[in-house]
Amino acid sequence: MRTQPTEAVVIGGSAGSLEALGEIVSSLPAGFDLPVLVVIHVPPDRDSIIPELIGGRTSLAVREARDTEPILPGAIYFAPPDYHLLVESDRSLSLDYDLPHMFSRPSIDLLFESAADVFGSSLAGVVLSGANADGAAGLRAIAAEGGVALVQAPETAGSREMPEAAMAACEGAIVSPPVGIAKQLWRLQSNVG
Amino acid sequence: MPHKIEDIEVRLLLEAIHLRYHYDFRGYSIASIKRRLRQAKDRFGCGSISILQDRVLRDPAMFAQLLGFLTVQVSEVFRDPAYFEAIRRKVVPHLRTYPSLKVWVAGCSDGEELYSFAILFREEGLEQKTMFYATDINPEALRRARAGVYPLDRIRQFTENHRKSGGKSSLSDYYTAAYGGARFDESLRERTVFSDHSLVSDEVFAEVHLISCRNVLIYFDRELQNRAIGLFRDALVRNGFLGLGSKETLRFSDNSNAFADFVREQRIYQRRGDQ
Ligand SMILES: C[S@@+](CC[C@H](N)C(=O)[O-])C[C@H]1O[C@@H](n2cnc3c(N)ncnc32)[C@H](O)[C@@H]1O
Repeated sequence: MRTQPTEAVVIGGSAGSLEALGEIVSSLPAGFDLPVLVVIHVPPDRDSIIPELIGGRTSLAVREARDTEPILPGAIYFAPPDYHLLVESDRSLSLDYDLPHMFSRPSIDLLFESAADVFGSSLAGVVLSGANADGAAGLRAIAAEGGVALVQAPETAGSREMPEAAMAACEGAIVSPPVGIAKQLWRLQSNVG
Repeated sequence: MPHKIEDIEVRLLLEAIHLRYHYDFRGYSIASIKRRLRQAKDRFGCGSISILQDRVLRDPAMFAQLLGFLTVQVSEVFRDPAYFEAIRRKVVPHLRTYPSLKVWVAGCSDGEELYSFAILFREEGLEQKTMFYATDINPEALRRARAGVYPLDRIRQFTENHRKSGGKSSLSDYYTAAYGGARFDESLRERTVFSDHSLVSDEVFAEVHLISCRNVLIYFDRELQNRAIGLFRDALVRNGFLGLGSKETLRFSDNSNAFADFVREQRIYQRRGDQ
């Protein structure tokens, strides 16, 4: 029961997710401009090179999320290493140094839950490859608000645990290989609802 | 779109806390506060934030506990070793030129950052001429900071951080194992005043040469960040130093032109002499 057009996308992944993410962003047609917020589990103690890697595969603006920055269309924001990324009610970004969740900071659940809170049914969430269950509760929260839940097909994932946990937590989720996920996202932007 | 019930409840609770206890969280990042209020609600067995509010308003002891949810007490000794290395290598040489020093650790949490500075200053031979102020709004955190006892299982990380920061001694010189914890040496806090001070509602209390305020501004909206940075400008001597958390910046502040980048990658700024 969708009530709103999709206005933002959140994506989470861990081990093996970088390839999937690269495939998704490079398959998005020019003209895709929903804001995308991403948490990929990364080691805490160095600067992440992920924005750079992904930036090479898309014409969308790719950047590390900065505290208090407004969320703008046509941009992909990555959570910085060692900070949780949250969405504020005025649709700006905020960073949090709270304890790791499921051994992870940034945590996918925390991003998804706060984005679901703010965007409600106008949010799409994507869980990619990974070796733990972070993201499952968050995806369920998105679906509970009436948002769209997408999961990378486990057989296409380097690590299946994360997609499988998300599927178990969120039974209505659409399960698809990365290219299919890109198509879904494009459809969400182009046909309203 | 109408406000969600829980959003309304959160705002009302923060308003109530302000009126009743004079702690002002109204300009804090709501996403983070909301998440922790949900945890508090469950912990205290309240069915809703409104019920939590009802109890907190009537029970100061419960408010004291709630403060532990409203503020995030996460820290490490020598957290972000590269920051402390930059302080040691780039800032300390300037500090040596002063006959006496005042250092303010704002938002000191359980004291980890204060002990980091105390150790670094001792290693650099600056300790004897320095007075430290360690401030926070959470009285429980200040109490733990004063006690300086940390679970033993955190020591490995602290030691690793200290070494990476260019530590010149062994961290084990500064603590003793006690009560299943590691207790930092009393002499490290002899020159420290711990006190309750809010960057949101209190004023400048001293003129200082170095301010370290890390991972506090991320919890503030831009207006509060701006206020805090105004306090730092007013508290610092000319050419004094300000260090922020690794994801914090002066970019959005009205006072940013009062500061110059000093060690850019480590978010260390210098108060300009001419503003
Ligand atoms: C995440 S801790 C930061 C600890 C340490 N500075 C670090 O970076 O590791 C944030 C601290 O800021 C304190 N704090 C929150 N609001 C404050 C305010 N208005 N004034 C001063 N401290 C505040 C909290 O109580 C908490 O101890």
